[in-house]
Amino acid sequence: MEKKELTCIGCPLGCQITVTLENDSIVSVAGNTCPRGETYARKEVTAPERVVTSTVTVLDSSLDTCLPVKTDGTIPKGKIFSCMQALKGITVKAPVRTGDVIIENVCGTGVDIIATKTVEQNL
Amino acid sequence: MRSENTIVIIGGGPAGLAAAISAKKNGAENILILERDRELGGILNQCIHNGFGLHTFKEELTGPEYAGRFIEEVKALGIPYKLNTMVLDISPDKTVTAMNSEDGLFEIKAGAVILCMGCRERPRGALSIPGTRPSGIYSAGTAQRLMNREGFMPGKIVVILGSGDIGLIMARRLTLEGAEVKAVAELMPYSGGLKRNIVQCLDDYGIPLLLSHTVTDIRGKDRVESVVISEVGPDGSPVPGTGKEYECDTLLLSVGLLPENELSKAAGVKLGSTGGPVVNESLETGIPGVFACGNVLHVHDLVDYVSEEAANAGRHAAKYVEGLSRGEAAKTAGQRTVDVVPENGVRYTVPVTVRPDRMDEELTIRFRVANVYKNIFVSVYLGEERVQHRKRPVVAPGEMEQVTIKRQDLLDRPDVKKITIRLEEE
Amino acid sequence: MYDVIVIGAGVSGAAAARELSKYDLHTLVLEAAEDVCTGTSKANSGIVHAGYDAAPGSLMAKLNVEGNAMMDELCEDLEIPFQRNGSLVVCIDEEGRGKLAELLSRGEKNGVKGLRIVEREELAAMEPNISEEAVAALYAPSAGIICPFLLNIAMAENACENGTEFHLDSPVTNIEKTGNGYAVMVTKADGTEEIFETKVVVNAAGVYADTFHNMFAKKKITIVPRRGDYILMDKEAGGLVKHTVFPLPGPMGKGILVAPTVHGNLFAGPTSVDIGSKEDHATTKDGLDTVMRECGKYVKNVPLKMAITSFSGNRAHWEGHEFLIGELAEAPGFIDCAAIESPGLTSSPAIGKMVCGIVLDILHPGKKKNWKKKRKGILDPRTLSFEERNRLIKEHPEYGRVVCRCEGVTEGEILDAIRRPLGATTMDGLKRRVRAGAGRCQAGFCTPGQMEILARELGISREEVTKRGKGTWLVKGNLKDEI
Repeated sequence: MEKKELTCIGCPLGCQITVTLENDSIVSVAGNTCPRGETYARKEVTAPERVVTSTVTVLDSSLDTCLPVKTDGTIPKGKIFSCMQALKGITVKAPVRTGDVIIENVCGTGVDIIATKTVEQNL
Repeated sequence: MRSENTIVIIGGGPAGLAAAISAKKNGAENILILERDRELGGILNQCIHNGFGLHTFKEELTGPEYAGRFIEEVKALGIPYKLNTMVLDISPDKTVTAMNSEDGLFEIKAGAVILCMGCRERPRGALSIPGTRPSGIYSAGTAQRLMNREGFMPGKIVVILGSGDIGLIMARRLTLEGAEVKAVAELMPYSGGLKRNIVQCLDDYGIPLLLSHTVTDIRGKDRVESVVISEVGPDGSPVPGTGKEYECDTLLLSVGLLPENELSKAAGVKLGSTGGPVVNESLETGIPGVFACGNVLHVHDLVDYVSEEAANAGRHAAKYVEGLSRGEAAKTAGQRTVDVVPENGVRYTVPVTVRPDRMDEELTIRFRVANVYKNIFVSVYLGEERVQHRKRPVVAPGEMEQVTIKRQDLLDRPDVKKITIRLEEE
Repeated sequence: MYDVIVIGAGVSGAAAARELSKYDLHTLVLEAAEDVCTGTSKANSGIVHAGYDAAPGSLMAKLNVEGNAMMDELCEDLEIPFQRNGSLVVCIDEEGRGKLAELLSRGEKNGVKGLRIVEREELAAMEPNISEEAVAALYAPSAGIICPFLLNIAMAENACENGTEFHLDSPVTNIEKTGNGYAVMVTKADGTEEIFETKVVVNAAGVYADTFHNMFAKKKITIVPRRGDYILMDKEAGGLVKHTVFPLPGPMGKGILVAPTVHGNLFAGPTSVDIGSKEDHATTKDGLDTVMRECGKYVKNVPLKMAITSFSGNRAHWEGHEFLIGELAEAPGFIDCAAIESPGLTSSPAIGKMVCGIVLDILHPGKKKNWKKKRKGILDPRTLSFEERNRLIKEHPEYGRVVCRCEGVTEGEILDAIRRPLGATTMDGLKRRVRAGAGRCQAGFCTPGQMEILARELGISREEVTKRGKGTWLVKGNLKDEI
């Protein structure tokens, strides 16, 4: 039996979760206060995932030069830096709306990179 | 300019937006938001990380997304706002003096004012860190703006002092963008940030968190070349001989936020131990009709709570101007007022006073604790009677706490003059 | 061929240049740094001393009192703030009275007007926050406070407007005697060398004045950088004292004072420590601790928690503790303006006049026609009435855009600071001219705005904007450059 101690990142509460494993399979999850915590813990010990946020260059806006973006869901932790690599050099033109897809299926994760801000065109 | 029942909202960040929306929905007709930046949304526009809105929207949003939802609502409700507009003064009679390049200098005689100016970061000078004064020393928020709004790298090799949330978030942000973050030093034996941020901003990237450490020297003539980090003893002062030099070109400071109340002070608003105005249950300051909410009142950990608080302020402001129009002003004399007293490990409370006649059926009292406590009870006393006693596995200064009190409980106890909130071992 | 080359655009060099600009002289000021006012002149107490400290009969005493007397007219001409707030030297025990009496008599010998001893009761009425221990004080009504940056910058600007050339980023690396004067070599940061010929050299090089002096003088000198640490507090604390409050002076100087600044902040300092390196501008823990400890001895309730910045300055101290101003007998045309430590700032107008007088005796130039006595100050919209300010914004909308929130500095002021002669080219340059970034958040909010304006006005990229010249970059590259 192996025990792993985790801090849940699902919400600001930051529950201390203990995951008990036997031969790499999860026996029990304890310490979480909500079901999200259990989901997080199960993923975290087997295949941890994160949301990645960053910016890309936006043109034709008088207010913004940077368009904030995020992965529209979690991606494997190991792919964070290749995701950043994929964002390098990306330039979009205003107008952009929150939720617009900037990169589809980033790094083969099945997750899109989407805009997180609406940027109007400079008229 | 404008009629006397205008609610003027100073600041178009998360507090100002939520206050405006709520005031409008509660019947206020004349509302004006004055925002000093070039767009609404305040500091959320540079907080591009996720983690906002779980309470409010039941989903995790980034800062711009969270702000965006409120901005859209403000626009949909047709609430007027002025950008690039700096409020220069608020007089005790609620005359707001502001300035921008289109309208010039102008005055508004407001019916009510909602203070939503937010907070600012403590600079290096406030800590008196000795050393040289090269370029490359930034408060974490400034670095965040330079990166996320302007698109620049503030440096390549970074040390961060202070483990507040902005410091932690910036550690990850810099790492992702190709900088090397050598360490995060924290004066206290615990982090001032959220636990989840330590996991996903530091642990994920192997960035060491040095608790009970501080920067004791800054070196470099032109640009930062290195900083010395020393251990801190139990008395909070550096232990001689423990200094270790870290080569870096940038030092970020995330050493605390200060509610920005210069305007409040000019208006004659009394400030309390939060650094923000002393308010009653209606989030009204000592000046009738001047309300405060968000980080100008007390520094929040979550923007969701800012929105919630601001919505209350907006509602009360709407009620206030409605009363004004009915000639109901200053009916407060002789009303029963109950003090809210923080004690034994509770650093402050918001609000500071409660008028049972004016309060809602339930009132949330927010507070922060002075230290990290494990297995502690949060107790609420009405007078001498303990009415709440809730066990908490851990409470920490970095996280806001809250208790709820019921109006009926106060009405049932007409002699109670004091609500005490304290931590107890058992 | 120049008539005069002034080495150093600190307050002495600038004062000399301004005086010289009244005459038909071809003058060049060579400044090692990226801006004027970057050495000792930028980091000092900003006090206009009354003149009771220096030994009677000394040049220091003479120029102090003269400089003090010149200040009102000068500041009016330069449109810079100056306030005679008066100073108090406080003693906290009966033994101190002897020292006070000594200062009083010294001051009277030096020609300081209005000096008198005030007793506890009057003192407490003048300064409610004076220490409970204070027994009496020497009151000098003629002492004042000034912005050291603006005095230096405005004099340089005025000289510039009157035809004086200024070369910045131009450190002098060698001076050689020529047939009819001197050849002054400048070595730029990129290694290129330039030689300027001149009839007269004025050595106003601050802590480096010994280097040039020793090239020609038989009697060598050593300028010891004597460091002073300061703590500056928020404007909210500015009203703690009205006068400049000194302790009794000691062997290392006038002691740690508490005073309002002319801009309304409160400050405490300086310490006084001789250090090895002229390039060492670091504050130390000991130094700051000393300021914090000592400032409370004479003034109570000093709100050190309201500190917004700390800094240190190096006094150009010479063991003889006297200004060294004069033409070297062994090097005709080489004029020292060296060892200018406190009260150097106060004395600067008189120093400029004295240096100029020496030059006149050598070169006998004619008076310049159309010399502009007045320098137009940077318009501070806060001094205008509501209506005036509105008219200004109508005409120049940039005066309606606040860039630095804490100090309320508008884009209009920033543009003025950049566009004038010897205008600001760096963030520190803006700070010293219009106080952008000098407030309680210390440029936390306005750094990006200032960068944008500087880049736009100077025709450079924002990445090229610096804090104070070469090496002091603010940002490096764009996001993701390194990934």
